[in-house]
Amino acid sequence: MKIAVCAKVAPDTATPRITAKGDGSGIDTTGIKFVVSPYDLFAVTEGIVLKEQGKASAVHLFTVGGDSDVTVLRGGALALGAEDLTLVDDPALAEADSLAVARSLAAAIGQGEFGLVLCGKQAVDHDNVQVPAMLAELLGWPHVSLVDDLVIDGDGFTATRNVGGGVAEVVKGTLPAVVTCDKGLVEPRYAKLPDIMKAKQKKVHKKTLGDLGLSAADVAPAATYTAYGEPPPRPKGRMLEGDVAGMVDQLVDALRNEAKVL
Amino acid sequence: MSILVLCEHDGGTFKKTATELLGKATGLAGALGTTVSALVLGDAPAASLGAYGATKVFQVSGDFSSYDTDVAVAALRAGIDAAAPSAVLAPASFLGKDALPRVVAQLGTGQGTECTDLRVDGGQIVGRRPIYAGKAYCDVRVGKTPAVYTVRANSFAQPAAGGGSAEVVAVPFSAPTPRLTLVERKRPETTVVDLTEADRIVSGGRSVKSKESYDSLIRPLAAALGATPGASRACVDAGYAPHDHQVGQTGKVVNPSLYIACGISGAIQHLAGMRTSKVIVAINTDPGAPIFEHATYGLVSDIFETCPALTARIQALD
Repeated sequence: MKIAVCAKVAPDTATPRITAKGDGSGIDTTGIKFVVSPYDLFAVTEGIVLKEQGKASAVHLFTVGGDSDVTVLRGGALALGAEDLTLVDDPALAEADSLAVARSLAAAIGQGEFGLVLCGKQAVDHDNVQVPAMLAELLGWPHVSLVDDLVIDGDGFTATRNVGGGVAEVVKGTLPAVVTCDKGLVEPRYAKLPDIMKAKQKKVHKKTLGDLGLSAADVAPAATYTAYGEPPPRPKGRMLEGDVAGMVDQLVDALRNEAKVL
Repeated sequence: MSILVLCEHDGGTFKKTATELLGKATGLAGALGTTVSALVLGDAPAASLGAYGATKVFQVSGDFSSYDTDVAVAALRAGIDAAAPSAVLAPASFLGKDALPRVVAQLGTGQGTECTDLRVDGGQIVGRRPIYAGKAYCDVRVGKTPAVYTVRANSFAQPAAGGGSAEVVAVPFSAPTPRLTLVERKRPETTVVDLTEADRIVSGGRSVKSKESYDSLIRPLAAALGATPGASRACVDAGYAPHDHQVGQTGKVVNPSLYIACGISGAIQHLAGMRTSKVIVAINTDPGAPIFEHATYGLVSDIFETCPALTARIQALD
């Protein structure tokens, strides 16, 4: 079985501030370090682990983006042991929304014969949590979201998903399927220098929409994003003083009578 | 061409997000000159939603007590087809994240995810939403019909109940055969509201020092407040709390009325995940901890002393 892993490049979560461009048309990427989006790194690592366990024959990476994304994915994902990277890159995707990205990925993944698609549960830039479920819909496959345990057994799988409130559900299904990876699934790996050097030889297949049988109309965005800006400022707080018992009394009084949340 | 609000319920009791969204939708519908409808999956007192502004309730018949993605997708689709709305508002819940995007893909429309504000501009609904886990914001407009927006819990005030009663439209539904089989549902020892929907959260950081003290400091304070326990990444990575407790950019992004950070220094990823909390209380021995810059109330003190004292003080309230 071959695995397809969808991975996106996003700003390092340690980036202290994200600022908008002056005209609000997007974010200012100056000085930002870009990495493989952390949940996507779980997906890549899980794919490699399944290959090491003999559950998968090969791991192929897919992304929608541009040349700068290839550089990050080469060192951060291909170097971990994936076979190659397919990059869907087309000017018509400049303002792509989630469905446009999902259509591009579905078309690219549909050209191969995959038994499993692994995605991060969400990308840490737009936090849309849409592409994996849309991709599964377009492929006509079932999907399991927020998975922190996955066992592949032949053409069957067992996955544990977090449905909220601390409730975990164990579900069984038959491949092919799309699985979105949550924290706890696998310890993410970071490539070592010799592997990063070797990854420079790995193949990157560039695809335009035309190569995938799609037109610009197929990826015309329904959702558009504008007016990028800073978060609303927080009102200034205050420090409580005195001994612990005194501060606790002041706090409870403030929560009840000032903030009115108790 | 109304606004359709997905009203989730738990065994027949509507969730807070249901009335919260109906209240907001009523205001938006007024500005757009349209009406509000509700979408309910399964058995719940649908007509009662009229008290919160719904004129019609589309109720999809069936048993939805056990969640299945395929069934949920088909049911949402049946309800949306029956209501034929211009816009759909839904909570950014598990259902809103797991099933709704598949429906959006089927309909070939778009979705604005986890908005914290909605307004009417130029005759259409526009969402304002946090991106980069709240480090930045942007507007999202969906230009196709129905325009789908999901909303983060606790973004809008709860409306007061009025006197209206809604017309209930039964939507016939035959569920597809699920492709996945539920083998087991593991529930925690005590059932709590999910972090993403919680109105009160008590989180512990690395300074908690052990799982035992997480259980003896953080959980009792949370229980006394009726809050959901949370944790920083450092606390989770050290094994003091399970990973589904993690608040932050690579954990859960939360929006409670009250967030109490115990022994949390305030790494940027953590701050991103909780900065929209209405009131933030920070307890930390280090007066230079970044968390204090975001706190509504700051206590420079030891959590081992302060948490039990605060727990006792809360328990003593009438």
